[in-house]
Amino acid sequence: MRRKSPYRKLGISGRGLVVALPYVWLVLFFVVPFVIVLKISFSDIDLAIPPYKPLIEWVGQNALAIRVNFNNYAFLFTDSLYINAFLNSIKVAFISTLLCLLIGYPIAYGIARSTPTARNILLLLVVLPFWTSLLLRVYAWIGLLKANGVINNVLIWLGVIHEPITMLYTPFAMYVGIVYSYLPFFILPLYANLEKMDWQLLEAAEDLGCRPWQAFYKITLPLSRNGVLAGSMLVFIPAVGEFVIPALLGGPNALMIGRVLWDEFFSNRAWPVASAVAILLLILLVPFMMWYQSVQARESAGTR
Amino acid sequence: MNHRRSYFIITCLAFGFAFLYIPILSMVVFSFNASKLVTVWDSANSPTLKWYASLLHNEEILDAAWISLKVAVMNASGAVILGTLAGFGLARFSQFRGRFTLNAMTTAPLVMPEVITGLSLLLLFVALEQSIGWPAGRGITTMTIGHMTFSMAYVTVVVQSRMATFDTALEEAAMDLGCRPVKVFFLITLPIIFPAILSGWLLAFTLSWDDLVISSFTSGPGSSTLPMVVFSKVRLGVSPEINVLATITITVVTLMIVGVSLWMARAEKMEKAGT
Repeated sequence: MRRKSPYRKLGISGRGLVVALPYVWLVLFFVVPFVIVLKISFSDIDLAIPPYKPLIEWVGQNALAIRVNFNNYAFLFTDSLYINAFLNSIKVAFISTLLCLLIGYPIAYGIARSTPTARNILLLLVVLPFWTSLLLRVYAWIGLLKANGVINNVLIWLGVIHEPITMLYTPFAMYVGIVYSYLPFFILPLYANLEKMDWQLLEAAEDLGCRPWQAFYKITLPLSRNGVLAGSMLVFIPAVGEFVIPALLGGPNALMIGRVLWDEFFSNRAWPVASAVAILLLILLVPFMMWYQSVQARESAGTR
Repeated sequence: MNHRRSYFIITCLAFGFAFLYIPILSMVVFSFNASKLVTVWDSANSPTLKWYASLLHNEEILDAAWISLKVAVMNASGAVILGTLAGFGLARFSQFRGRFTLNAMTTAPLVMPEVITGLSLLLLFVALEQSIGWPAGRGITTMTIGHMTFSMAYVTVVVQSRMATFDTALEEAAMDLGCRPVKVFFLITLPIIFPAILSGWLLAFTLSWDDLVISSFTSGPGSSTLPMVVFSKVRLGVSPEINVLATITITVVTLMIVGVSLWMARAEKMEKAGT
């Protein structure tokens, strides 16, 4: 039975006051900005400050003109650069998510099956990198991957290779960077899910003659579905729009949509085009965000 | 419960943690390297503290760190207030108008690509400046507002999950004894969720301290934060001073996290012993 909130005595107005502040804040600084982005994505580019023309203008006496311009969107679909950047971002994010699943699942599983003391220490070790700056952790990989970097030096010293391998500024470096940065985001929700698992089910399966791998595939994996999905969303969605990692590790040819948006905005000062890119990216990602929210809702309903 | 672990799992854990920690440790080791090439060990003159000294005299980095610190402290304090209210409301009021929207608005910033949030905030500030004249130009204020918007979402999650796990009996008892809701909140709820609020503050501080993308969009001339300076340096390649900065960051973060975890573990024990 679910107990009623002890704060039920707080009247309707009292409750309203509590949630009003965060609510208004988020509407003003999170929702309204998207409306403005949408508006500017339909504006003309202008050589002014700010570099776009108003959508609604007074023309002559008592006449209001609204100019909705679809050129920015048409432009995104005619220049193959943008389509390719979108497709490549989805591909990179998808493969990175799969890699996080392959690396992260055994780690989350291993932590969940440790003794409570070991579990707390291991969890702390997973969380710790997340608290140190992302930028600095991505920077660390430049030192490891570059031509006279740590990995090449060690391999040459061991005699495995004679010439340094080019790793920095390649797709490989970008994948390493993304998986490395997002791995904790995958492990944590999955661990939270596995922690609640009833391991006696596995014992029962083994007693009934199930092989460990079979038991894992038939019991653990399906039961941890929500954890895997939540972790995957936390990696996939931000990775599609990732900017820092492709910019630092990916080299000039790493075409990612977050980077295209950044360049349109900062280098070309094409605010309307950047806005159109943002809107398309958002349309692409909103279904995944809604999926994530429903997975989260199912997860928290399951704990009660 | 069964604590049996296969060799496979132990190997995976070992490799996983090596993957997570080798890059971090390599930055620490090479921060003591004398060579300007960073990753080529100069065994004649190393280990040395010379890059530590040179970092402490780097005005550009120190100025940026000061701006970052101001933004991070203001952001964390604001985000904690907004996030605690939102987390409290979502956890304790089972039904209110706009609950779904509030829930969605506090989940979305967690996954929203930063380039989108940054761009949209900047366009909002530009539009506001054009129409009502505020904010006049961009800088510390606009960056703080931007950071608060996404870091309050993290605080909300932390507070909400803490609220969901503690027993409401104490709150109920106080109410039954005639305590007013506001007083119950300050005397009972707040002290119990205080560890969550503290970790929310630290989390919001860190998010702001590390943020590059949203800061770049919402900052103005003369208000470059530390990540912005680091990013422009790192784009040109490795630099020994950045290794020093990383080492200092890692040390501070590790001490802080370990300290807070120990303190929280003790508080939890005392709570368990008390009930």
